[in-house]
Amino acid sequence: MSSSVATVSIPTRPAPVGRVRSFLRRLRSGDEIAHMFTFVFAASIFLITVLLVYELYHNTALPRHKFGWNFFTTQTWDPVFDNFGALPFIYGTVVTSAIALLISVPLGVGAAIFLAELAPRGISDALTFIIELLAAVPSVIFGVIGVFVLVPIMRKYVEPFLKATLGSLPIFKGPIISGYDLLTAGVVLSIMVVPFIISVSREVLLAVPVDQREAALALGATRWETTWKVVVPYARIGIFGSVFLSMARALGETMAVTMVIGNVVKISTSLFMPGYTIAAVIANEFTEATGDLYTQSLIELGLVLFLLTIILNGMARIMILVTQGRGTSQE
Amino acid sequence: MQRIFKSYAGYVLSLLVLGAGLILVTRPSLTAPAPTPDNLQITAAGATFPFPIYSKWFDEYHKMHGDIEINYQSIGSGGGIRQVLAGTVDFGASDGPMSDEQLAQAKVKILHFPTVLGAVVPTVNIPGVSAELNFTPEALAGIYLGKITKWNDPALTGPNPKAKLPADEIVVVHRADGSGTTYIWTDFLSKASDEWKNKVGKGTSVNWPVGLGGKGNEGVTGQIKQTPNSIGYIELIYAVQNNMPYGRVKNSSGAFIKADLDAVTAAAAGAAKDMPADFRVSITNAPGKTAYPVSSFTWLLVPAKIDNAAKKKVITDFLHWMMTDGQKFCNNLAYAELPKPIVAKELKAISLIQ
Amino acid sequence: MSFRYAWRKFVNVVMLSLTGVCALSAVFVLIFILGNLVYYGGSNLNWAFLTRLPRPVGETGGGMGNAIVGSAKLLFLAAITGVPVGLIGGVYLAEYGGKTFSFLVRYTADLLNGVPSVVMGIFIYTVVVIPMKKFSALAGGLALGVMLMPIVLRSTEQFLRAVPGSLREGAMALGARKWRTVLTVVIPAAYKGIATGVLLSLARVAGETAPLIFTSFGNPFWSHGWNDPTDTLPVVIWRYALSPYDDWHRQAWAAGFILLGLVLLVNISAKLILSRGMSSGRA
Repeated sequence: MSSSVATVSIPTRPAPVGRVRSFLRRLRSGDEIAHMFTFVFAASIFLITVLLVYELYHNTALPRHKFGWNFFTTQTWDPVFDNFGALPFIYGTVVTSAIALLISVPLGVGAAIFLAELAPRGISDALTFIIELLAAVPSVIFGVIGVFVLVPIMRKYVEPFLKATLGSLPIFKGPIISGYDLLTAGVVLSIMVVPFIISVSREVLLAVPVDQREAALALGATRWETTWKVVVPYARIGIFGSVFLSMARALGETMAVTMVIGNVVKISTSLFMPGYTIAAVIANEFTEATGDLYTQSLIELGLVLFLLTIILNGMARIMILVTQGRGTSQE
Repeated sequence: MQRIFKSYAGYVLSLLVLGAGLILVTRPSLTAPAPTPDNLQITAAGATFPFPIYSKWFDEYHKMHGDIEINYQSIGSGGGIRQVLAGTVDFGASDGPMSDEQLAQAKVKILHFPTVLGAVVPTVNIPGVSAELNFTPEALAGIYLGKITKWNDPALTGPNPKAKLPADEIVVVHRADGSGTTYIWTDFLSKASDEWKNKVGKGTSVNWPVGLGGKGNEGVTGQIKQTPNSIGYIELIYAVQNNMPYGRVKNSSGAFIKADLDAVTAAAAGAAKDMPADFRVSITNAPGKTAYPVSSFTWLLVPAKIDNAAKKKVITDFLHWMMTDGQKFCNNLAYAELPKPIVAKELKAISLIQ
Repeated sequence: MSFRYAWRKFVNVVMLSLTGVCALSAVFVLIFILGNLVYYGGSNLNWAFLTRLPRPVGETGGGMGNAIVGSAKLLFLAAITGVPVGLIGGVYLAEYGGKTFSFLVRYTADLLNGVPSVVMGIFIYTVVVIPMKKFSALAGGLALGVMLMPIVLRSTEQFLRAVPGSLREGAMALGARKWRTVLTVVIPAAYKGIATGVLLSLARVAGETAPLIFTSFGNPFWSHGWNDPTDTLPVVIWRYALSPYDDWHRQAWAAGFILLGLVLLVNISAKLILSRGMSSGRA
């Protein structure tokens, strides 16, 4: 404050010298140091990310040159004859994530509706607290539950039931072998993804302005009709955002999936067949891939996964921002 | 006074926790029986096939030399080969010998040292069937090719007239990771079936026509145990330790042999004479009336040049102990000891390590 | 009361119940997981298990002392590397940032946050393990630290921004420089939020398994210093769960219980501190 008083009283000081003087003044007073100090740390995050992307790109030179775009359409994964293709893993990743979303989105949005609209505030807060704890459970623990509890249940009860009732659909056609299959992996993923959908959808629903609800109720709608026909469509984009966010998370899940999916490189229409995902194959084969082409093909799979999650995360953020911008918060 | 105390309590607490953390992690001896300050840790990785005997050996060796810890991680033979080539472990282990191309990739020459003899057995989990089944090599190839799909297929009921094999689908289990056990199994199947040899071939990691993938011998055993109507190939000790029934395999003389120490030793009997200098040899389908056809050596992969003098001393000393006194632990864990002529050759080969 | 109206009321009640069932089933799942862990693993929880080393393959009576210490070590290293970067970076974004560079930092932090954990493992393997020619606790700790950075960055920035401008202005009016204001007024005001953010992020990376497989590797002995590979709780749980030995299965359940218990404890206390802090008014 005193410095600005000083410069006002001596207006004739030439500009460049004045700038240097004020820089030095700020330096001595510590602000410039603080700025640079914090800048360095912020920049290091930027640099680390750049380094990561560079490493991923640089270490995939061999397969990119050898296979090119065919990498994404080849079905074989043959370390003996050095022929690598990503298609079975992309298929497995997409299918398990799709199953996860098919199960968790109705469940999650339903629960979010209950928590945001229909439940009294106290119960809603308590239940949300517990559900958000589910999001903190590590992946390997879901894997342990999957292997010892879920796989036998799927094999003994759920899959025979599905085969008996919906067996005419191609996805439920094959023999039920072991319970280690795409369907089980999808179910485990859905449990892992549900808390995110609930949490984000609930916030997005709460952000819908009160007057929308009041207007609908004033016109004689029931609570359910208000919710389903007015509030949810208003928050639709944000809910889609939560779905994309969950999809991004489901794609990268490694441990729980590799413990229950059967780890087989094959594309099958039947959900009772084992499969493989990108994250699972990297975890299983990375430490032992002999030969540069093999290793770099695995890294290229990692790069593909990374790009997919970037795109999904980006779309999700935009969607959620749009919804939160449209309405004022109820809180 | 109270207000100052309250606002600084958090800082003090965090500092205390930080301090405790620092102390704990830099001196783990506080929580553990203190090792001597200059203990040496050697890192090794590789095959799961001999993991039970290796983990016993390294434990015994540590008991004898308290300041030496050999950390062996069983990540599969493929992993052992890869990590020893990359130099991230001090030595590796594999039941599939390194190929010429892999050896050419090494910056330092890699030496193979056979450690034990083991057997790969076809293990089954068929509810209601506890008898030992007889398998012909052709039947095993057919199962793994996906051509024999049910347990009551004639190729299986033929050699097993008394077993009540169900009409259920066979669940095939194989390795998901790079595996020397896979190498031994596919080497045997390639000798058993030309179709297998041309279609799939042999290696530590192959393009399996059918089946589920388990990680390591441990994972495959776990999967067979949990899955009814399954069959998988695992090292003998894993079946024994987990009380799982395993089948007899027909050898080149036509007899159905159950894997045990004598049968495996018989398979190696002929190998001693023709053992190449680098010890890389396959003894699957070995001649001999009592020989078990899916037997194999397993090797430690040691770099021929070790820069760290202390590590070199430990590794050579361990190799020496392993081939002589260490062999007495083998039989308890269902591995066969190395034939004496081979041990003699190996002891001489240790001097190749610079 | 027309039929249509009765039908609408009926649908209303049915849907209310259905959504309630959805919410309760999510809660049920958590309780189910905890219950299983306690049931199967509880018998194995004794002091010996927590402090002993593992036994050779197939022998019973081993413990997980080294894995617990290993995890603690990695978390410590992750905290030392990830927290300062995230914290001070967050200060930059909230207090000092220029427009374009702040956007860049936020964007790349989001990217880093979205990296699948197994890809992070690949990154640290190529950048730390291969040049060092060794698997190490250092590599594992760095992997977790890098995963920690964007989370801490985000939460620090969020809580710093939440500090009302009046506090800052008041300090500056008293003659304090900007750095002094930030250090002695703004950060303490946001202290609770930042601390809970750090704790939550530590709880989150504590359970990560995939990046540790190719960095800290594994070790049946105590790991000494930072250069040795080390067993960690999540990796050991994975290895034991996939094995065929019943004793190892029980150990995996018990270890899972410890891991989940600690993670949940940290999460619950963090959330409680946060909510009490908010509702009891500004600091």
